[in-house]
Formats: sequence, C-alpha cells, structure tokens
Amino acid sequence: MKYVDEYRDQRLARGLLARLHAAARGLRRPVRIMEICGGHTVALCRAGIHAVLPPNVRVVSGPGCPVCVTPRETVDQALWLVEQPGVVLFSFGDMLRVHGARGTLGAHAGRDGRVRIMYSPLQAVEYAAAHPACTCVMLAVGFETTAPALAAAVISAAERGLKNFRLLSAGKQTPPAMRALLRDPDVCLDGFIAPGHVTTVIGAKAYQFIDEEFGKPCVVAGFEVCDLLDALVRVVTHLAAGTHAVEIEYTRSATWAGNEKAQAIMAQVFEPCEARWRGLGSIPASGYAVNKAYASFDVTQTMNVPQLASDDPPGCRCGDVLRGICTPPECPLFGAACTPDHAAGPCMVSSEGSCAAYYSCGVRGERREEQRVEQGGDHRGERQ
Amino acid sequence: MALLPDGMARVRFGESELTISLALVESAAPGDYVLAHSGFAITKLDREEAEATLALWREMEEAAGA
Repeated sequence: MKYVDEYRDQRLARGLLARLHAAARGLRRPVRIMEICGGHTVALCRAGIHAVLPPNVRVVSGPGCPVCVTPRETVDQALWLVEQPGVVLFSFGDMLRVHGARGTLGAHAGRDGRVRIMYSPLQAVEYAAAHPACTCVMLAVGFETTAPALAAAVISAAERGLKNFRLLSAGKQTPPAMRALLRDPDVCLDGFIAPGHVTTVIGAKAYQFIDEEFGKPCVVAGFEVCDLLDALVRVVTHLAAGTHAVEIEYTRSATWAGNEKAQAIMAQVFEPCEARWRGLGSIPASGYAVNKAYASFDVTQTMNVPQLASDDPPGCRCGDVLRGICTPPECPLFGAACTPDHAAGPCMVSSEGSCAAYYSCGVRGERREEQRVEQGGDHRGERQ
Repeated sequence: MALLPDGMARVRFGESELTISLALVESAAPGDYVLAHSGFAITKLDREEAEATLALWREMEEAAGA
C-alpha cells in the first residue's frame, strides 16, 4: 500500500539501525525509552526490533492500548448496563473478550443481540435512530484518536434530536499518563516515543512539559519500522548529547498544533476529569467526562450506574506491564495460563496489547544475542 | 475516495473499501490520502512531507554505503 510499504524498506531500516547503534555508543549509561502506543508495540515486535537493539538501549511498552488501560470496573459497568431493560450496548470489538467480575460482554453478543460491535460510533447513532424504543449505549473507550469520533457521534445524535443515545464515557488522555509515569519512582524513564495518531489529533505541543519540566526527549513517531528506528535514533542522540526536545518524526501526519477542528469538536462535548487506569490508578485530568451541555447523553447521569470495584485475576501482571516495569514474558501467566485464545488479562486480549504482540511475534526475552550478531548492526554506520 | 452525502466518503483501503466520515478534517477530495480511525478521517496525509522523510533516509543510506 502506498505510503506504508516504503517505510518498511529493509535496506533503509538496516541503515537506521546502524545509526542507532552508532548513536548508542555515545551513551554514558544504559537508557530506557518508552513507547505508549499499541501500534508501536505491534510494529516493534513484528520487526523483531527488541532483539537487535544496542545492549545499552532498552525499549519498553507503556499504557498505549486502549482496551488494556480500561479498568475492570468499566467492563463491570458495561455488563450491568446490558442487563437493564431496553439497553443495547455498542462496543469496539476487542472489549468483548475482556473479563469483568461476571464474565465478558462477548457472552451476550451472540445470545440476544444486546451487545453489538461497531467500527464507527456513527453506526450506534444510526441504530438509535432506527430503534427509538431502545436505549443505545456506546462503551466509549479509546485515546485522543477516538475521542473526536465519539464527540462527533454525540453532536450528530443531538442534531438529529435523538433521546435514546448515551455514552459510557471511559476515554483516556495520553499526556497526563506520561506525566504520572515520569513521576513514578518505579518506572525510571529516559525518554519517550510518542504516539503518531494521538499526536495527529492533539499536536506535539501537548508534550512540551516533558522537555521543559522533566528535561527528557520525546519524539513523535509513525507506525512503520523505519519510523520507529528514526525516532529511536533521535531520542538516543539527545540522550548521548545530554540534550532534550520535543521532535516530530511522523511529519506526514502529525504537526505541532494538531488537528484543531477535531480538538474543537472534542471540547464541545467533553471536559477533562480524573480517571482510573488499569495499572496506573487514578490520574487527574486524564479522562473525558461528558460536559453539562450534553449531560443527557451521559449514561451515568441518566441511569444509576453502580461504581463496581473488582480485582484483577490472581497472578496477572497487566498493571506492571502497562507501567513498563515488567515485560510480558516476565509475567508468570504469560504463554501458559494466559494466551490470546484464553486471555487472563486485557494485555493479552487486544491485538494491540503488549502481551498479545509479544506472544504472537514470538518475542520471549528482551534480546537475542545471536540475531544481533547476524544482523551486523554494530559494524555499520560509522559515519554517524 | 468518492464523496458521499452528509460529509461521508467511500475510501479505498488496500484491497477493500470503507465508508468514513470527513467531519473531523477541514477539506478532503478525491485523490487525497487520509488517515482513518474508528470510522473518521483524522487527517489528510501530507504527501510532500511523506516524500521528504523517505528522501532523507535514502540520502543517509547512500552516504553510509558509499
């Protein structure tokens, strides 16, 4: 596909990998760089990048999978909703396999049509318009990439005068989570690879605090192997030089200001609120609450949705995986009691989850020495 | 891409086709490459920047291999 294949070019990737190794030779100590995007996790695993990194550069995956960061109580609230008379729940597909305290939404999907999969929130609006007797609730998970689509759906429902369309608003904002991770003494990060599509919406300006308050480099990257290697070269070059900045590698899509039209549509419907993340706990101003003007579209303001607390399955380390302090193979359940077909935790459920990406691509450890030698990464790029 | 009524568009995605909304982008026309997420175009791809990135990598690769 045009503008995808070119960025997977092996020759270019080898050149960038050589530059990464050259840049890493300038580091005075080992560094940890975090990406926070399910798409990045998958691309890194598919290309086998973890195995060919310089030995002093570690890349960890953070809370970048929307399904994975959704706390268990949100699943339980959705399960409660589908048991209420007249409710039809719309969800993105991956959420259906995440376990709540009382099973999964998927168990309802085939049974009575009370749970339906959407790829666009507008499908839920259409359904609500065609079924005025139903209360149509959208399980609204996702990051800044999805929030404008959710907001646009609410605006569309309002313009059409629909009285039976609601959100269970559980969306998340990325920069507050990055701030929480930088403050977390267990996490210890030297720099970030920032998500390309989130940044396309909110703009790279949203990461200015990482540079100004924390003095760390942050590079916005695209989703192909060459994009990620280029971004790593830039972060490592900054770290070797003792400098920091916010940069955009993904210039074909992301800008400093972002998509201002999408931002305005989000602001019309949502306001920031404190939100619970799986693994990270409660983070101020990291969620999307439906604002007063659209309160009638917020299911928590129109129905008495209970706040349900429940524990993660025993042994599951999704929370630590999401903070980047445990790699998927370090979890005792990984590959044994937890596989994509029988997932215990959400990081194995979603195809964008770190555990599923590591499992599907056969990444079992952080580094495979024999492969690194074979690829010859250390022997090139002297011109850096 | 073919424009449809109500700000919607039919776009080609590899071998398949999708109907998406253009409500979140300022302008998009047949021939543009758009980035689609959950049924909405979230940006129009900047083709000049796309080519510039590739040209820079190719130049570096040639310099390193020379």
